[in-house]
Amino acid sequence: MTISQQQFDNPKQGELASDVFDIAVIGAGVVGCAVARRFTLEGAKVAIIEKASDILDGASKANSAILHTGFDAPINSIELACVKDGYLEYTKIHKQLGLPLEKIGAYVVAWNEDELAALDDIKAKAHQNGIKNARIISAKLLAQKEPHLAKNALGAVFIPDEAIIDPWSAPYAYLHQAIENGAQIFLSCQVISGDFDKDIWQLKTTLGTIKTRYVINCAGLYGDRLNKVLLGHSSFNITPRKGQFVIFDKAASNLANSIILPVPTPRTKGLVVCKTIFGNLLVGPTAEDQSSRSNSSTDEATLKGLIKAGIAKIPSLKDMPITATYAGLRPATQYKDYQIEIEPKNNWISVGGIRSTGLSGALGIAKYVYKKYSSLGQKHDKINRPKLPKPTPLLAQNSKRAQNSKRDWQEKDHGEIICHCEMVSKREILAALTGALKANSMAGLKRQTRATMGRCQGFYCSSHVTEIADSYFNKSKKQKLKNE
Amino acid sequence: MNKAQQIDVAIIGAGPAGLSASIELKRLGIKRVVVLERENEAGGIPRHCGDFPFGMREYGRVLTGTKYAKKLVKSAKNAGVEIWLSTSVVEMRRGGHLLLVTNEGTKEISASRIIYACGVREKTRSARLISGDRVQGVLNTGALQQMVYLRNQKPFENPVIIGSELVAFSAIRTCSHAKIKPVAIIEEADKVIARWPVELYAPLMQIPLHRSSKLIKIIGSNKVSAVEIKKSNGQIKTIKCDGVILCGHFIPESSLARLGHLEIDPATNGPIIDQFGRCSDPVYYAAGNILRPVETAGWCWNEGKQIANWVALDLASKLQSRHILTKIEVSKNVKLAVPQCLTGIKENIGMSHIQLRFDRLMKGKLILSNDDEVIYSRNLSVFPQRRILISLSDIKDLATIKENSPIKVEFIEA
Repeated sequence: MTISQQQFDNPKQGELASDVFDIAVIGAGVVGCAVARRFTLEGAKVAIIEKASDILDGASKANSAILHTGFDAPINSIELACVKDGYLEYTKIHKQLGLPLEKIGAYVVAWNEDELAALDDIKAKAHQNGIKNARIISAKLLAQKEPHLAKNALGAVFIPDEAIIDPWSAPYAYLHQAIENGAQIFLSCQVISGDFDKDIWQLKTTLGTIKTRYVINCAGLYGDRLNKVLLGHSSFNITPRKGQFVIFDKAASNLANSIILPVPTPRTKGLVVCKTIFGNLLVGPTAEDQSSRSNSSTDEATLKGLIKAGIAKIPSLKDMPITATYAGLRPATQYKDYQIEIEPKNNWISVGGIRSTGLSGALGIAKYVYKKYSSLGQKHDKINRPKLPKPTPLLAQNSKRAQNSKRDWQEKDHGEIICHCEMVSKREILAALTGALKANSMAGLKRQTRATMGRCQGFYCSSHVTEIADSYFNKSKKQKLKNE
Repeated sequence: MNKAQQIDVAIIGAGPAGLSASIELKRLGIKRVVVLERENEAGGIPRHCGDFPFGMREYGRVLTGTKYAKKLVKSAKNAGVEIWLSTSVVEMRRGGHLLLVTNEGTKEISASRIIYACGVREKTRSARLISGDRVQGVLNTGALQQMVYLRNQKPFENPVIIGSELVAFSAIRTCSHAKIKPVAIIEEADKVIARWPVELYAPLMQIPLHRSSKLIKIIGSNKVSAVEIKKSNGQIKTIKCDGVILCGHFIPESSLARLGHLEIDPATNGPIIDQFGRCSDPVYYAAGNILRPVETAGWCWNEGKQIANWVALDLASKLQSRHILTKIEVSKNVKLAVPQCLTGIKENIGMSHIQLRFDRLMKGKLILSNDDEVIYSRNLSVFPQRRILISLSDIKDLATIKENSPIKVEFIEA
């Protein structure tokens, strides 16, 4: 549902929480989750507010699942600083949080003479950005490393540290850790308006009023609107940029050992071909500007174009079945760089325009925002020994969702295999339906478990998954009615 | 179960082909036959086909799929077949080694021969590249049947049915069973594919049939709210509905082979077999709809039974080894041929026919040639997705063809 449709919703009277929070993060996308974690670990009392019933429901629900080094980010940009910092922190914390990381490297491949000529600049930029191990490799070496690549590849810049990760379990783990250390999450809770009295914000939401000293706008695709509605102005406008993707069968994942990138254009990084952490092969995204903030439809002609482009790069894709197609929306603005602004007189921080590197940059963005905030003299008592997320079965399994890690189905007593294509066990599904960030919708359940997301797309298991999930969804519906 | 005891034949998939093969193998005196089934109930697709007609060929009477599946399972158990439920095969390895997953964890087994019988499923929305919003309420017939017949769920009230293959008839029946009222049947071709049941049944249920119409867009914000169809004259029409049933476009569930070592035929999407159902690794055989999209349960049952006979011969070292292979190659307008090759065709055993399929309605001449010599020809009309059989005994001088040259199958349109 779009904000404009919901604007007529009335805020619910009464307080949703009696406490005054230090920070209210609006929007539980990957950036919001990372920001909530950072501020919580720094000692702030954090509320995170999300209008959807599950987190990651906007821009964060669909991306190319790459952890970028920042080799091609604009020089001296905030984006570069955040992506580099984000990368560094992810590599430091992923093991503790049980998150996968596969450093498979990337090749920026030149397919014609002009692109070949551009490789020097790409390498030089990478070096300037601090990615010193980026290097140019010959067509011959490239063919050895990527034997399935089309023979007309002329050479490449190799960036060894580019990596693939799980785009959903990462933000789940960030938020789980925040919650474990005291943050509070409010789901199905939309901010309608707000009053600020020079000290405290009273955020009027569909679930009641939330009081907070500071607001951090992480509303992604709706960031400019939130600024306008609550502050009366926004220094940026969101123009959503749609990216469509095609996912090939797991049998195709061996056709690319690394991330295959094109020489970028000023507007987009271009079409990526790479294996995913779940063992599929991805081709995408497109870059289509549109006005709608919710329309993530796909279209046949574009998908056919993607398949064709994929086959042009990797001819053996020709006979590979398609597992999934989807589209994501990037919250692009009129500017190239991230739009991170602090308004001290309004106790407001706006984190906007995180257009395509949100997953890579999130942890770095969170640090950057905290630094800005503390530079104003805001201080909390840092948590010295932050708790790790509770070892719920699901978190324990998050790290195992990756194709190359040991998975729940390999352990005893997983119940039974419910989703045969993605090998999702009953225990995994039940874990996702319980706990602090339990799934409240099918979409949320899919993101947490991957059930029904494999090659049959639910032909064999959707009724079974629905049966298990519905009993939990209905339970929480009943509970909600009772509370009201 | 006794782990030390050698498994003679392991069968992957407890559908009609797998169960019938297992029963036949026991009848032929094979000692230990194990059927591996990943679901917690055996029977395969017919389990959730609550309608008729099943069982004519096998039991001489008309049964619902559900009853038929139960009967098959009972026959297998009575014959002494072991059925291991909730047992997923996750790797097929060279030489007959399988990696299994059960609630106890992973386990490896070996068998002297393996019959691969994982059947078929419908092509998904994603794989069909259908445009539009990514919303809830888009299902294949198989998923709908499971919801209705196995779990008493009602995913929508007024869906559209896409496609008019035989399975569309089952979709209509399933809807009617659950008091779901479809609002349209949409077929891209100018003719209904499964003519008698769908053309007869749709008007009976008062479901409008849109021929020469293509689904071009699914619309909705959370759930399906409408679809757009495009007529062959370019006219675009919006149909309000709350669900989409994607019927047919079957594809063998051959991912185990794809991820493993068996050779796959890109035309059928199933494993390449010779006339004994034997795969590129001769320890493996394949039977049923894994071989091609798509046949009836009865056909698969019969195929499983036949192939079991050749497996038994092979176990007794009485089957010729897979050495001289004459390839069967199809021209562009022929969708597929099964088997894809013949092993030493001089002996008169193995499948009696070559099965062919076509994608569209055509009239003309079917020609088989070997080394530029016509060995078979016949005038005929072909219908999309219907079987055409060429009897091997009708092929001229089969015994004298050049085994090292392929048999080419062509269709010359009149």
